[in-house]
Amino acid sequence: MADIALEPRTGRRPIREATTWDQIRANRNWLGFWFMLPAMAFLILFLAYPLGLGVWISFTDARIGRPGVFIGMENYEWLWGDSIFWLSVFNTLLYTTVASAIKFAIGLYLALLLNENMPFKAMLRALVLIPFIVPTVLSALAFWWIFDSQFSIISWSLKQMGLITDNINFLGDVAWARACVIFANIWRGVPFVAITLLAGLQTVSPSLYEAATLDGATSWQRFRFITYPLLTPIIAVVMTFSVLFTFTDFQLIWAMTRGGPVNATHLMATLSYQRAIIGGVLGEGAAISNAMIPFLLAAIMISWFGLQRRKWQQGESND
Amino acid sequence: MQEFTRRTLLQGGTALAAAGALTGPALLDFAKAWAQASPWKPEKGAKLTVMRWKRFVPAEDDAFNAMVAAFKAATGTEMNVFSESFEDVQPKASVAANTGQGLDLAWGLHTLPQLFPTKVLKMNDVADYLGKKYGGWTDAAAVTCKQGNDWLGIPVATIGGYMTYRKSAMEKAGFKEFPKDFPGFLELCKALKKNNTPAGMALGHASGDANGWLHWMLWGHGAYTVDKNDKVIINSPETVKALEYTKALSDTFIPGTASWNDGSNNKAFLSGELYCTANGISIYVAAKDDPTKKELTEDTYHALYPVGPIGKPTELQLTVPILAFNFTKYPNAAKAFVAFMLEKESYDKWLSGARGYLTHTLNAYDNSPVWTADPKNQVFSQASKRSLPASGIGTPGEKAATAIADFLVVDMFANYCTGRETAKGAIAIAERQLKRIYR
Repeated sequence: MADIALEPRTGRRPIREATTWDQIRANRNWLGFWFMLPAMAFLILFLAYPLGLGVWISFTDARIGRPGVFIGMENYEWLWGDSIFWLSVFNTLLYTTVASAIKFAIGLYLALLLNENMPFKAMLRALVLIPFIVPTVLSALAFWWIFDSQFSIISWSLKQMGLITDNINFLGDVAWARACVIFANIWRGVPFVAITLLAGLQTVSPSLYEAATLDGATSWQRFRFITYPLLTPIIAVVMTFSVLFTFTDFQLIWAMTRGGPVNATHLMATLSYQRAIIGGVLGEGAAISNAMIPFLLAAIMISWFGLQRRKWQQGESND
Repeated sequence: MQEFTRRTLLQGGTALAAAGALTGPALLDFAKAWAQASPWKPEKGAKLTVMRWKRFVPAEDDAFNAMVAAFKAATGTEMNVFSESFEDVQPKASVAANTGQGLDLAWGLHTLPQLFPTKVLKMNDVADYLGKKYGGWTDAAAVTCKQGNDWLGIPVATIGGYMTYRKSAMEKAGFKEFPKDFPGFLELCKALKKNNTPAGMALGHASGDANGWLHWMLWGHGAYTVDKNDKVIINSPETVKALEYTKALSDTFIPGTASWNDGSNNKAFLSGELYCTANGISIYVAAKDDPTKKELTEDTYHALYPVGPIGKPTELQLTVPILAFNFTKYPNAAKAFVAFMLEKESYDKWLSGARGYLTHTLNAYDNSPVWTADPKNQVFSQASKRSLPASGIGTPGEKAATAIADFLVVDMFANYCTGRETAKGAIAIAERQLKRIYR
């Protein structure tokens, strides 16, 4: 019996060894890979490739209309000793830090206010969104008029009230010009912070506040020990995006000051555009753009690893 | 976007008739005759996409469109014409040059063809044809468009910038006529300030106005950014003198000029806040077209830029060249259109439409009707002849174009005039930037 059983069956093909292709077809991991492929291709084509191209161009003397040749770190070396570039770095950091901090403070205040029960709440929420729905260039042009050196409505009003005798040189004075563009950015950015934080506040269960109130918690304690911890993930996301948007701002500055007076409001983004597109020196413009990457990465790192050191990130509950 | 098709041409009969002499049948008849004899026969089914800057004088746009319509009707070439603001023409032309598609012709600021010389269609035959027929090109216009012996584009016109002033204010300041030299000009501005009728010129990033008058200040003192071999020579005693003079001048200005863009002085002058400035003729034209500004119009006059210690005109006027890209499928149509634009029958009407805002670059147009139609236009007729190219005494090309685009000269003066830097510091910054560009 044993001998018979061991004989090969006639009429059946021998089992062939699985090829690599068979393994790829049968393997569920590979199947996942095929599904991921379109997304990967999209990311490589539209995100990684432009970034890589930008980095490459920064190592060349490319100009508009011709690709240029590899010149190593020369563009970066020139930027290292370029006072206008460093001024743009300073301006960008100042602009981002001051505008983001004030946007957060005002946005949080508005979010807390709009989360309370009050008459006309829906209308007030809609009003808060107005700066966000006005196209950036339009609002920039409006601010350009408001801060005009000769025709500012602010100067006119103050003169009518007898508080000043001469027009305020809003966009012609370095300190004033910086303050004006930061103000315009805050005006424009507050709705994003306020509405997003308000959405976060709405997810906080009222029962927590009721319990805290019964325990005799003050309003500050309710904010400190309930609102703030539960809002932290939203704050992290909002601040990350707020910092990124502010750091890379272009339209407001370009429409209001073109980087002036005497480059006092030139941000890295506007300087990059001026050098690469207006001046035609693509390599140097790309180098300025690439110089923004470390700052942006740092901002993201601080946001994600600083504000979100919490276990729920890893799918666990908080301590 | 303005698209000229057979249907829109017919439908546009009313508008064309309204424009009268600019668009009458004479132009169409001429266009037809010209097309028969033209050295360039447009390709069959040719279609040209043309980008130009948005007009500052509406009638200029009407005249341009009439010319386009006549060319289209006479040659059968489809024409798509669209306008962009001055600052946007160059970036968009640059994108077309880089990608090799999207546009056939671009009409923009002086530095345009020099920014991407390898991407343009050589226009030697068109320049030769027009130059021979119309008394030759002005020097600055030719230098602006040429690289070696090749014409990278055709200098269609020059936008002249000169002194625009209120005569009553000048006379009240004790001057019977506008000063012709720098010391006299400074005295006038001081007196204007004293009378609370101040002068003012842009110290901000104003592409045309600020670059224009501050290069005039620099060159007027015999200072240049680079020499004829493109060696950086900005750090010179002449530059210091130019800075000191301009600082004294800017101290007499209306406050806020450090923030001014190209339109700021127009607004201030027309509102009666400003009494003397450097500008194109657009302020005067706008005043003339406004019935409420009759008094201001009558009081507004123009004068040539005063001459600096160097003793001869040293002006940066804005030549506006048109270029065709070498990837166009219709090079003959492009050349034919450019040549047609500058033929007397078209060009004189166009100049008249521009009312002095555009100045001819071909010598034969010295006696065009526009220069005598209003005596106040006459000053601007000299713009193309008195101007230096944007490169000064250096080589025109990418680097000179970049220096202008980066506002190096403007920032140098603004740094010193606003007190941000000493003269030495302002020059050092400009020198470093120039060495970066001319490395």
